[in-house]
Amino acid sequence: MSNSTAVTSAGPSAGTPASARNAKGDGAASAAKPRRNRLSGGFFRFILTRFLLIIPTVFILVTIVFFVMRATGDPISAAMGGRLTPDELQRRIHAAGYDRPLIVQYLDYLGGLLRGDLGTTLTDNQPVISILVRYGAATFELAFLALIVALVIGIGLGRIAARHRDRAADAGIRVFAILCYATPVFFLGLMLKLIFAVWINVLPPSGRSDLASEMQFNRLVSPTGFYIIDALQLGNMTVLADVLRHAVLPALALGLLTAGVFIRLVRTNVISTYNSGYVEAARSRGVSEKRLLDKHAWRPALIPIITVMGMQIALMLAGAVLTETTFEWKGLGFMLSTYLKARDFVAVQGIVILIAIIVAVVNFIVDVVAALIDPRVRY
Amino acid sequence: MSHSNASAVGVPGDSRLDALNVRKPPSFWAKMPIVKDLRIAVGWQKGMLITGLTLTALFLLVAIFAPVIAPYGYAQMKDDAGVSFTPQQAPSAAHIWGTTVGGYDVFSRTVWGARTAVIAIIIAVVLSIFAGVLLGLVSGYFGGWVDRVLVVVADAIYSFPSLLLAILMAIMISGGQSGLWSGILASGISITVVYIPQYFRTIRAEVVRIKSSAYVESAKVVGASTWRILTKHLLKNSTRTLPVILTLNSSEAILTLAGLGFLGFGIEPTAAAEWGYDLNRSVTDVTAGIWWTAVFPGLAIVLIVLGITLVGESLNDLADPRLRARKSAGEVIGSIEDTSVDPSEQPSAANEVVAELKFAGKPQANVSLERPQDAQSTQGKEADHE
Repeated sequence: MSNSTAVTSAGPSAGTPASARNAKGDGAASAAKPRRNRLSGGFFRFILTRFLLIIPTVFILVTIVFFVMRATGDPISAAMGGRLTPDELQRRIHAAGYDRPLIVQYLDYLGGLLRGDLGTTLTDNQPVISILVRYGAATFELAFLALIVALVIGIGLGRIAARHRDRAADAGIRVFAILCYATPVFFLGLMLKLIFAVWINVLPPSGRSDLASEMQFNRLVSPTGFYIIDALQLGNMTVLADVLRHAVLPALALGLLTAGVFIRLVRTNVISTYNSGYVEAARSRGVSEKRLLDKHAWRPALIPIITVMGMQIALMLAGAVLTETTFEWKGLGFMLSTYLKARDFVAVQGIVILIAIIVAVVNFIVDVVAALIDPRVRY
Repeated sequence: MSHSNASAVGVPGDSRLDALNVRKPPSFWAKMPIVKDLRIAVGWQKGMLITGLTLTALFLLVAIFAPVIAPYGYAQMKDDAGVSFTPQQAPSAAHIWGTTVGGYDVFSRTVWGARTAVIAIIIAVVLSIFAGVLLGLVSGYFGGWVDRVLVVVADAIYSFPSLLLAILMAIMISGGQSGLWSGILASGISITVVYIPQYFRTIRAEVVRIKSSAYVESAKVVGASTWRILTKHLLKNSTRTLPVILTLNSSEAILTLAGLGFLGFGIEPTAAAEWGYDLNRSVTDVTAGIWWTAVFPGLAIVLIVLGITLVGESLNDLADPRLRARKSAGEVIGSIEDTSVDPSEQPSAANEVVAELKFAGKPQANVSLERPQDAQSTQGKEADHE
């Protein structure tokens, strides 16, 4: 069948940085102890410890963001320095408390953060937290759809590439994966727009829905902000179709960006489990290649993928800033770039910190899911 | 080795062993990262590496000779006669890739953009390697609370979306808008801060692993200074994975630079040409069906990132024996006939391993090697991983 005994010693890989980080003390503890109930006390202790780890991460990021943003001066002169008289400027700086010592402002900001207060935007005078409430759903909807695209393409193609390792199909898929990664998401977005919205003219070029659908949404008593859910609430199929048509191009652009990473990851992981001792053993017992892939090599290869998925969420949120700007998809990223252009740094700081918190929480959830699936991850 | 000496046994009159590639230290040139990888790569892996190197070299040349290649300056809006370019003009003889909404020549700006990108990468990579490696060495070797704090901070930054961090740094360094050098420098430094944690983590992990090894302990015992241990023993042995990270980071650096430019945080169009900025200006063009302002700068980004990533991916695969396509059994084993006790056996192209596989009816992938002394056909990669 194969003379790959040389590589069998490699074993299941901990090749990616993410899995390496989570695999501290792998095996050492779990191998010694007898198998315990899946949701034992140890598991909840793990969840608690992991949850508490969010706090220092967020704290460090808030500190970095705060001091970096203040290094250039106060936000008021940055936003309206040219438009106000020096006296007026001074008065407003004083009123907003930006003339106090930096450390006092910092403690003040931290205090506000604990109460859920991220400051008030300078340009349109609304609390930053309301931006999350109003535009957060749009970003989550986009990220969710993009994740589906990425998983379907990434896992599908990654499996094929691993199955046909080093053949033409593998080489082709790998080049495709690198192309996905090499194409900036906004360029891909522009090209999709050019082809499907301008030349073929089958999909809308930008926005989340038509004006007519927006009017329908206004009738809702409790809109969720997730247009797909809202359209289902309305029970109106035309609106749903409209919303989905608008979502195709942005989700594809953002999804393909991440798909490249998934393809590579799935391929590498399946190949390394494919070469491991127990698969070799199953092969020598005469298990068919298809069954080897489906039953033996497949499941263990998925664990690192779940961990890395968490890291991809961070990449996706950054990608969402660019995708939303390209498609005028009114979410957190679109608002971030709008406030950046208006030089409203209070809003920018608030949104950046919001994204940092979201990333930290998502990473926590992913780690818990990974621990649920693979008991070795717990520590 | 036709004669025995103190360190090796030889057979008088038999010079075949001299031709073997053993116990000869490889030359300095052969140990260079990319050159070494080119020698061990085979098949499509070699193809990937060469494609990547070619693309990268092409962009380097374009960057160096931008003034010669580009027909106009990056901020030029009038021809020699003083007549302004017509904005949004379709590709023609005078402007082979058309003109932008601002009235710039697309071809010239794309060519000049290569120079901006290359300078930004060099600044970003040099600075982040320098800072990351230094911090990683010190943190890994000395440990203690400095190490713990640095690890936590690096992890926090690492998990943060890099583009957002770059935006923050751009705001801090330049207040958002800038000229040629300040702009490139600001972009370079913004990117640097994002990538320091990656170098830091890699180097620190290696240093922690190496520092308890016997040769470092013995260096301490014989009284080597801390500086000597850090530079001679730890630094040299912990940089194994650097070329891979370096190439992958430079491609990310270009994407980050373009992302910054796309959000309007790059370099002013009058100061330098930057692809991300040009794409930002082409968003409205695309909706109107004007394709040339977006396609060319975008393709430039894709190709340069593709080139560098191909190099990085190949280096990564070649560094990992589990992913490397096997070159040959022959080179690893040496010449099997030399170990044979059968005096009638002659050295030939096919050694026993190959003969056995031929017998099994396997298809033969014959890979001929570059160096003449090793020129034997060998059973190739096919059998290795089916």
